[in-house]
Amino acid sequence: MSNYISNIAHRHMLIFIIAISIFSLFVTFLSEPYGNGLISTSFVKTLGKTVCLCIIALAMDIVWGYCGILSLGHFAFFGLGGYMIGMWLMYERTSIIVIESSVSELLPLTETELSAAIGNQIFGVVGGYEIPAIWMFADNLLIQLFLVVAVPGVLAFIFGWLAFRSRVTGVYLSILTQAMTLALSLYLFQNDSGLRGNNGLSGLQNIPGLEYLGQQIISIWFFWISCIFLLIIFLIFYLLIHSKFGLIITSIRDNETRVRFLGYNVEIYKLFVFVLTAIVSSIAGALYYPQAGIINPAELAPIASIYLAVWVAIGGRGTLYGAMIGAATVSLFSSWFTGGQAPDISFGILNIEWVNWWTVLLGFGFVVITIFSENGLLGLVKKIFVSEK
Amino acid sequence: MKIKFFILIPFLLVFNFSVLAHHNEFDSFINNNAELIIKSSSKTVDTVLNNIQKFESPLVSNFLELWKLKNLYFIKETRKIIYIKEKGDLIEAFEIDGITKIGIYDKKEIKKIKPNSGVRAKIDTLLVKYQIFNPDLTVRKKSIASLSRNIEPDHLPLLRKASNSEQNSELKDEIDNLLRFAVIKYSSSEVEKLDVINSFENNTNIAIRASLNQLLNSSDILVADTLPANKNIARVIVPGLTTKESNGSAGRIGILKSEKYEISINSAYDLLFKNNLVKKKRVTKENIKLSLKQNIKDNKVGEFPVHSLNDDKTRSRAYEQLAAKNLVSPYVSENEIEKVVSQFVFYSLYLEDSSNVTNAALRVLSSINLRVQIYKYIDLFVDGLSLASIYFLGAIGLAITFGVMRVINMAHGEFIMMGAYTGYVVQQFISNHTLSLLIALPLAFFVTFTAGIIMERLVIRHLYKKPLDTLLATFGISIALQQIAKNIFGTQARPLTSPSWLDGSLSLSDDLSISYIRIAIFILSLIFLALLLYVMKRTRLGLETRAVTQNPIMAANMGINPERINMITFGFGSGIAGIAGIAIGLFSKVTSELGSEYIVQSFMTVVVGGVGNIWGTLAGASLIGFLQKFIEWFNPSNTLAAQTYMIIFIILFIQFRPKGIVALKGRAADE
Amino acid sequence: MLKKIIISISLILFSVSSYADTIKVGILHSLSGTMAISETTLKDTMLMLIEEQNEKGGLLGKKLEAVVVDPASNWPLFAEKARELITVNGVDVMFGCWTSVSRKSVLPVIEELNGLLFYPVQYEGEESSKNVFYTGAAPNQQAIPATDYYLEELGIEKFALLGTDYVYPRTTNKILNQYLIDKGISESDIFVNYTPFGHSDWSKIVADVVALGADGKKVGVISTINGDANIGFYKELAAAGVNAEDIPVVAFSVGEEELSGLDTTNLVGHLAAWNYFQSAESDLNTAFIKSWKSKMGSERVTNDPMEAHVIGFNMYVKAVEKAGTTDIDAVRDAMYGVKVPNLTGGIAEMLPNHHLSKPVLIGEILENGQFDIISQTAEVPGDAWTDHLPESAILKSDWQSKDCGMINTNLGICVQQKSNY
Repeated sequence: MSNYISNIAHRHMLIFIIAISIFSLFVTFLSEPYGNGLISTSFVKTLGKTVCLCIIALAMDIVWGYCGILSLGHFAFFGLGGYMIGMWLMYERTSIIVIESSVSELLPLTETELSAAIGNQIFGVVGGYEIPAIWMFADNLLIQLFLVVAVPGVLAFIFGWLAFRSRVTGVYLSILTQAMTLALSLYLFQNDSGLRGNNGLSGLQNIPGLEYLGQQIISIWFFWISCIFLLIIFLIFYLLIHSKFGLIITSIRDNETRVRFLGYNVEIYKLFVFVLTAIVSSIAGALYYPQAGIINPAELAPIASIYLAVWVAIGGRGTLYGAMIGAATVSLFSSWFTGGQAPDISFGILNIEWVNWWTVLLGFGFVVITIFSENGLLGLVKKIFVSEK
Repeated sequence: MKIKFFILIPFLLVFNFSVLAHHNEFDSFINNNAELIIKSSSKTVDTVLNNIQKFESPLVSNFLELWKLKNLYFIKETRKIIYIKEKGDLIEAFEIDGITKIGIYDKKEIKKIKPNSGVRAKIDTLLVKYQIFNPDLTVRKKSIASLSRNIEPDHLPLLRKASNSEQNSELKDEIDNLLRFAVIKYSSSEVEKLDVINSFENNTNIAIRASLNQLLNSSDILVADTLPANKNIARVIVPGLTTKESNGSAGRIGILKSEKYEISINSAYDLLFKNNLVKKKRVTKENIKLSLKQNIKDNKVGEFPVHSLNDDKTRSRAYEQLAAKNLVSPYVSENEIEKVVSQFVFYSLYLEDSSNVTNAALRVLSSINLRVQIYKYIDLFVDGLSLASIYFLGAIGLAITFGVMRVINMAHGEFIMMGAYTGYVVQQFISNHTLSLLIALPLAFFVTFTAGIIMERLVIRHLYKKPLDTLLATFGISIALQQIAKNIFGTQARPLTSPSWLDGSLSLSDDLSISYIRIAIFILSLIFLALLLYVMKRTRLGLETRAVTQNPIMAANMGINPERINMITFGFGSGIAGIAGIAIGLFSKVTSELGSEYIVQSFMTVVVGGVGNIWGTLAGASLIGFLQKFIEWFNPSNTLAAQTYMIIFIILFIQFRPKGIVALKGRAADE
Repeated sequence: MLKKIIISISLILFSVSSYADTIKVGILHSLSGTMAISETTLKDTMLMLIEEQNEKGGLLGKKLEAVVVDPASNWPLFAEKARELITVNGVDVMFGCWTSVSRKSVLPVIEELNGLLFYPVQYEGEESSKNVFYTGAAPNQQAIPATDYYLEELGIEKFALLGTDYVYPRTTNKILNQYLIDKGISESDIFVNYTPFGHSDWSKIVADVVALGADGKKVGVISTINGDANIGFYKELAAAGVNAEDIPVVAFSVGEEELSGLDTTNLVGHLAAWNYFQSAESDLNTAFIKSWKSKMGSERVTNDPMEAHVIGFNMYVKAVEKAGTTDIDAVRDAMYGVKVPNLTGGIAEMLPNHHLSKPVLIGEILENGQFDIISQTAEVPGDAWTDHLPESAILKSDWQSKDCGMINTNLGICVQQKSNY
């Protein structure tokens, strides 16, 4: 039996490896720097970002679809990852500029003058010049990369520990996670938070030291890295859910009390899943925002996390493919419809402009899917497929 | 345009021939100063206003009145100042006697003179003199009202005279009141001043505090070897230590206070230098840097290579070296600065010479301030109460649906929005605000009640067993409804204007006032509290609802139809959201995002209060409302921070009381 | 599945980018989301201007073609759409952005790809990009003159700087704070408060402002409160019985468009400072309002950023005619010194620091939602780097002769060519 499962697992993993390789090669050969240029740089960026969204959708699927915790806060971790990497990108780029321009000064700068100059460049737009304490590691890429994992990890650990310990479950937990997200985004909206308030961190697409490469090349590199991470995380999650651990968390989803009576420490399992997925979300964010170029607190607003749940639900929760398909299709469709490129439909008096009506369609469509198919589009397809047989 | 004509009529009547005799002089005066009047500015208008008083009074006061009301015009080409009367599309121009016609002009040829509000205030002040004894009571009232903003020395005798002659008792009180301010400001008699100051005891009026505080204005920082005797000294200043209090005395920096000391040791030294009390000028870091730059030779400053000058210590050593060679002004070390500064006394004097007056003012002011402080605490309490009642209104509908049916309705906020837009739409059709409000309230209830029932039948009914799915499905409805509202009404905020009897505020003191609209919301939430308690505790429906809440299966066995109860409860909860929407729209604004602003707070309120209990919701709303105001009070410049800390507090609170403040007991509590 | 979508989307993207012989004008304004209400108006203004220019025979014998995209009030999307406009659609010039965040988001993209953007909104200054022409007001064309008006005309002694918590109020208040201190206002007489976007609970803040008057000094409010939050703020002001004579409020973000959503009876006499009001008297303005209303409906109003687009567009047309090409570097060189009439009856000139010379107007709110202009200065040259902060006072921008937007005048060197973002 276990052999059979592992065979299946291996087959699925192999299929995914092949699929993602073909996909990334396909994009590469159509890209501007390495191919015939059929896919523009901005579209490569869109694809790279979509791949990152697939990563966080996987994380959401594990925590919700498999473990039954409807977290409305994973996009906050995604944003935190973006902020952590963004701090290094911004600080390093600015300090290169400042040091270059200080060469022409007659006297070398003192340390305080240097940090004041950097601070003025970064925080001048929001009315400050002091570099806040939370930026103390911003000059060190390795520490900042570590923080991408550590900050959301610790936050998720503290929050999860408190919540699971008091046995907060179900909708209560969802609301609490939503409150956490709101608190975090409100905190970041303040200028006093030291992360440039509403302005956020910008110019993140310029990678310090690699600026000579140009965005065409950097964007495709980021696309590759995102694909590699998607692959790795898919494989890890796939192995995880097909292990004993996977069985236990699925059982927690289905009947928490029974699992507890069987002698398992449910809280530890839930906490592990919560922290792990938070870290994965953060990594996805750290890959996403250098491609987006700017991060600000609006990205962390509670609604973003709910949209994440919507993507996963539409694609089909409880299946890794479903989550990815949901995230990719809905986000791509959203940007297509709201981008003003979709042709308007005219019904005589009523002129449907997709820019305005897409969200309505999405909202109601989502309601229909929730009512009729618990497993989203993928489940719907399966249902039809099976009934036809 | 009619108004202008009406103003001209009394104006024309006032004139008689004796005035006409003076007219030529006045006319030439005005047109000589035409540019100053046309481009009137507070800075330059004084000469005109001082000189204009020389002329006969009705002429001047009417001219000033029209000027103030923006009813003076000038001809663009000749820049002649005129009065006008409209004749169809054309303008008939008059000399400023208001009688002599000049001619007919096209609208484009003339231009309005627009004094800014600074100039208007000055004109007002001047007009007092002409109007304070006017036989017309309303004119007198207006002139007194305008005077309260700006009392000049001239007004003291005027007010004394007016106080004696005024017949209207109400107006006389006002005049006497103003007279007291005038006395405090300009009277030369100390006894009179002291009397007035003492009469202000315990009066928290802001104008009184203002006038007392002005008595306590103090001079800039002065410095001497020893403290001068026989002067009314406000405070002795210790550089780098003492602060300046609002009453002119010196304070010390507390641990919690974020204020800064009045003068730093370095600036104190600079002040000494400015007063020629020390010889050596303080050398700042910038000075050092500049001097070093000027003395770079062969990539070296003295013995120091340029690249080594990258910290402050080396820089000051290099500077001292330069100073030793007399290349730059001598360096003053920090120790030296401290030593020199400590040899002098820094102080500030009250501008008021009499220490009796300032002492009396200090005494009265401190007793007033104590009272003001108490009022401020009460005000904080009232603010908290008001916010709590708003949260309560927003959350109570949710408490019913969530509490009774365990259904998280993410679209609840959008029901609030629908209610608010209903109010807006009704106002578009019925212009009487009171009537429209009376119609809008039940209509909003009906609209959202219907919407709630439709939603329950179409969506929620299918998902009763799956609360998480309900949460997501209702979220889908929420974003769709929000977007529909945007498509219909646009993204711009729409006004929901309150009837005029709800304008303004109940003001118990200048520091303790609450707008009527907030009182109305408070009362509305009390009504709802009473109504809900009655329905739940005293009616058949309430009994059945409570039965379904506690055990739906058992309730069904007893012959209650849970489906019906669920439907009605949901509709009822939604209907209340609609009414809450009108209340919220009245005090802030109506936008498509109105609901989502309140939804998280509403959830918090319900969760903190404890599910399924009206008293719990009340407790939750109070806790959150008061807490938010309390945190804001601690950190007044940052409202966002208050919200952040409040949410963190709530998250922690839930950890320790997961079932909320008022937890249900018994089987209903198990899930 | 995914691949199919990608292919179909990339095909659609490319079908748009057929290079016809037209001059392409990219319009980068949000048509959905929170900023849509303000920005849609600007899109319509641009479409109207382009249409009028085409009726006049186009430009260089070619027709102008508008390429409209919707960045949906989403700041990262601004960068993405700007890149698309330049690389995929191949536009010759862009008109767009409203918030500073969106501009900062677009900056790295247009500086990398050497695009050209006309930015029409008043902003906080401290920036001068080679690729942006700022047709809105810099702080010295709006905030500083308004503060002077307070100090000199109204005799205000105590200031409440109220703002929404984001870049423009923060930077503007930082400049004003320093400016007021330089003018002899003590730091304790300056009250600063920031509130979140869409803030609605104003009772305490208004009470705090009223209480400022307790020491007998005349209080004035300088408001950089943005958007919807103004409604609650003015409502609370009116409820507290604060009128313009007691405590005047001068707003930098409230114009005709914003007032049209408000009941203005309680606001009469409060102030706003802009470079343009619809009530400005000039023939050009009358004509502009007429064609705007006939196109969009009689209830529509005009406002300051619209005038900025009118000036910017006319300048672009002139510069292209002068350069004889739409090549960006040539057009940029031709832009300096270009003069076009503004709608308030004067002349706007493009300066070497990419800012305009504009008059400063101060208006009092009237009952009908319009402004009564009570003060109008001569044209003030826009200053990219404020003179009132020590670290910016030494900076200057001169793209025409020095090819640099950030020149340290003490050292006479170019600090950096790229902008901070």
